[in-house]
Amino acid sequence: MEKLTYEKPYIKKLHAGVMNKFGTRTGIQPVKQIDGVSVKSLIENYGSPVFVLSEKKIRKNYRSAYRAFSTRYPKVQFAWSYKTNYLNAVCQIFHQEGSWAEVVSGFEYHKALRNGIPGNKIIFNGPGKSNDDLQAAIDNDSLIHIDHFEELNQLLVLSKKLATKPRVAIRVNMDTGVYPSWDRFGFNYENNEAWTAIEKTINSNKLQLVGLHCHIGTYMLSAGAYEIAANKLCDLAMRCKAQLHHKIEYIDMGGGFPSTNTLKGAYLPGSDTVPTVDDFAEVITSTILNFGFAQDDLPLLILESGRVLIDDAGYLLGTVVANKRLSNGKRATIVDFGVNILFTSFWYEHQISPAQDFNSHNENMIIYGPLCMNIDVIRESINLPLLDPGDQVVVHQVGAYNMTQWMQFITLRPAVVLIDKQQHTHVIRTGETLHYTEEPEIIPGHLKPDK
Amino acid sequence: MKIKSNIATSENGFIFNPATGDSFSGNAMAAQLLLAMKSGKPAEDIKKDILEKYNVSADQLERDWDDWIAQLKEANLLET
Repeated sequence: MEKLTYEKPYIKKLHAGVMNKFGTRTGIQPVKQIDGVSVKSLIENYGSPVFVLSEKKIRKNYRSAYRAFSTRYPKVQFAWSYKTNYLNAVCQIFHQEGSWAEVVSGFEYHKALRNGIPGNKIIFNGPGKSNDDLQAAIDNDSLIHIDHFEELNQLLVLSKKLATKPRVAIRVNMDTGVYPSWDRFGFNYENNEAWTAIEKTINSNKLQLVGLHCHIGTYMLSAGAYEIAANKLCDLAMRCKAQLHHKIEYIDMGGGFPSTNTLKGAYLPGSDTVPTVDDFAEVITSTILNFGFAQDDLPLLILESGRVLIDDAGYLLGTVVANKRLSNGKRATIVDFGVNILFTSFWYEHQISPAQDFNSHNENMIIYGPLCMNIDVIRESINLPLLDPGDQVVVHQVGAYNMTQWMQFITLRPAVVLIDKQQHTHVIRTGETLHYTEEPEIIPGHLKPDK
Repeated sequence: MKIKSNIATSENGFIFNPATGDSFSGNAMAAQLLLAMKSGKPAEDIKKDILEKYNVSADQLERDWDDWIAQLKEANLLET
């Protein structure tokens, strides 16, 4: 006799109360493949956990964002924010699409050079540039975005004996009406510090002031803040022209556009609440176009978007290790990836999907990683079908920051796989080995284990 | 491991605890286990029946049984 299909026994407490307007459906669907490649085969071939990036989605995001700006404004340039994801293969996709490089450290700067980016297409931001970093940027004719007066003075010293003037921009911070106001990058607009830095730069006659830059925040939920920022940068550019007879060649609005991930504590999902790239493009371009620049004086508009271009192109695939019940009876599921490789789980309520069919019962559960640390919580509360050990899961929208801020801690960092447009898979970073992590270590002779 | 005697269960998985007013719904397997437990059948016999009738390994059933008992305890449905 053929045996009947088994289902894990399950009871759920019934609560009487006001009906939920969102209904009882959770909308959870199994995600069995990414860009036509099965999750099962990805884990079989590359191990679990494994990061997966979709080249198709990255290119689509770039083209759609670029179109949002270029259809509204005549001169637009994107610069890929290296810190968001500086795996070389990822950078090359953006560079192939036409992006310059936006870097914030000597490490990133040299990565961009090694990726074949001409020096004059590298924007060097960040508050911590060393003398060597600045010298390299001067030698390669890169765009140096000055963060503070120390850096401005450093540059003046370095440029004393030069025949040509290094190309620089002034970083400007300002009140854009959002809280918290980011005032740590660059010179302040409201207290006139920015204008002082501009005057000092131009009057030095040693530096060529080509641009104005701002980075007003991250995961900005208000397009209006960019309107204020664009207005203030345009005001400075116009004053440069009128008072100092100096034309500003570009305005760099920085990054900060949000992805559709859901922030912790948000009532509605990110996809329903965050402004679109079109919303940001509309306010930024219309502000500059309406500010009163002569047609020939319209500055080049540079954007340094990172997160919005890659977050939803990244997935983390993993496997359920075990289930348990906490002291209050709440279900806990342990997976094989922790917060050390999913840094963004501190900010986002990441969507997690089972990668196989499941039964119809959902239960509220907490999802832990494998680290022996109390903070290793991937989701504090999520309704998911009952998952068994060995079941596979897909974490969505993990493309931004996780592959740069990840930390090697008690486990090895996993491989990163790129799925190209022809649905071929490529390892773009191999999984770490014990040998790799121990390579930089040196044991003094007296501490070496006896042979 | 006995279900409290005053707990009312139905064949389709509805459970009511008249002492607390709590009600629960369970899946088909839960309904079957509850009825068997209420009849006073020993745990080993219940598991043996399940293994004979259903497509499940002994290891999996053992794990799920532990979780099932934890659920009943949490729901305050077991005799103390």
